Amino acid sequence: MKKIPYIDVYRDQTLLKDISSRIHAISKKEVQFMEVCGGHTMAIHQFGIRQMLPPTIKLLSGPGCPVCVTSRIYIDKAIRIGQMKDVIITTYGDLIRVPGSSSSLERERGNGMDVRMVYSAMDAVVIARENPTRQVVFLGIGFETTAPASAITIIEAKKSGLVNFSLLSAHKVMPPVMQQLIHEGIRINGYIAPGHVSAITGTRMYQPIVENFHIPVVVSGFEAADILHSILLLVRQVESGTPRVEVQYKRVVKSEGNTIAQERMRQVFSPADEPWRGFGVIPESGLRIRKAFSTFDADLRFPLKMKESPEPKGCICGNILKGLQAPADCRLFAKKCTPDDPVGACMVSSEGACAAAYKYAT
Amino acid sequence: MCLGVPAKVISVDGNMAGVEIGGVTYQARIDLLDEVLPGDYVILHAGFAIEKVDEAEAAETIRLFKEVLSMEDQEKDID
Ligand code: SF4
Repeated sequence: MKKIPYIDVYRDQTLLKDISSRIHAISKKEVQFMEVCGGHTMAIHQFGIRQMLPPTIKLLSGPGCPVCVTSRIYIDKAIRIGQMKDVIITTYGDLIRVPGSSSSLERERGNGMDVRMVYSAMDAVVIARENPTRQVVFLGIGFETTAPASAITIIEAKKSGLVNFSLLSAHKVMPPVMQQLIHEGIRINGYIAPGHVSAITGTRMYQPIVENFHIPVVVSGFEAADILHSILLLVRQVESGTPRVEVQYKRVVKSEGNTIAQERMRQVFSPADEPWRGFGVIPESGLRIRKAFSTFDADLRFPLKMKESPEPKGCICGNILKGLQAPADCRLFAKKCTPDDPVGACMVSSEGACAAAYKYAT
Repeated sequence: MCLGVPAKVISVDGNMAGVEIGGVTYQARIDLLDEVLPGDYVILHAGFAIEKVDEAEAAETIRLFKEVLSMEDQEKDID
């Protein structure tokens, strides 16, 4: 079997040490860099990136784990829909364990609800075809990486005249929340920008962050050397006082992004105000299904009035998603709250800051 | 939830491709890409190939790593 080209190089210990010592040599200012991608959160813990940095650099985990930022109202709504007669709920795996205000999809499944995990949105369409007498609802969550897949799925469902499929959209886009964090006064001196989101969107959307807030943005890959290299590029920008958008992950990210994927997203979705765990509603940060595809909009097919409920007592997941607190600051962390029995959303998905901190804690 | 991982394209059939990750073969949708050929590397995300991996740029990144290490003298000046 041929290996992914260069994979070993990206994890080579000597290379990592060398990049790390470059960072040590040039880092003078006290800075906080934030990553806003669950994949980066995991990689930073897995490769022990924090331990390779000088004390001048602090890494914050932001709202980059799609399961974590999904609001409780959304989970509650999915459960209410699933309780209706002849409904099948289909979802990406992690979401079923996220606690809503009084239950989770997993617990409901134990009580007999038909909840099925799928790897791809297209799998939900297959389930709909196989179950023509039942309504199949796909829980569409995720950022610009999964939204194009949802878009194609809806386009295909329409083309094939499928009448028993719909999507409950909690899809989100990244730029508004990245600006919101700065508006809220969180000290961020550089963004480690998400590699795969940027592969779809391109890099122009980060320009306002540089222009309005003078904060450097480096789009990073996911290997150890990628992330360290990106941090080095951020430090260089910070130390020389020349913030700009830079792409470290050039092997995948083109400045214009994936234009086919962008077009599919535009065709099916329009921007909408969207609730985020920890943030409340952020204007234009979500994706709603357009009128032309409204028969596939689960929000319209199952109109429900829902009420927001507070986070579980003691859980600081909302603050962790903003980089204000770390998992270790939570009294429940690794005690009452573990991946096997999560209290809050940040402990559910392996991309969540609490789950990643738990898994790689020594 | 669904992290993007590099996968090698083995076969192409319409908007589907057989891809391989760590010796295991999966079916992937390639609607989001222009032209995919066997031998290409793609980033697989939730069943869809979302972008190709550019081998020339991958080699360039490696070259940049090496450059990082030879920058020492120049950057001493910034210090
Ligand atoms: S450890 Fe658990 S309870 Fe504490 S913030 Fe994280 S998810 Fe919430």
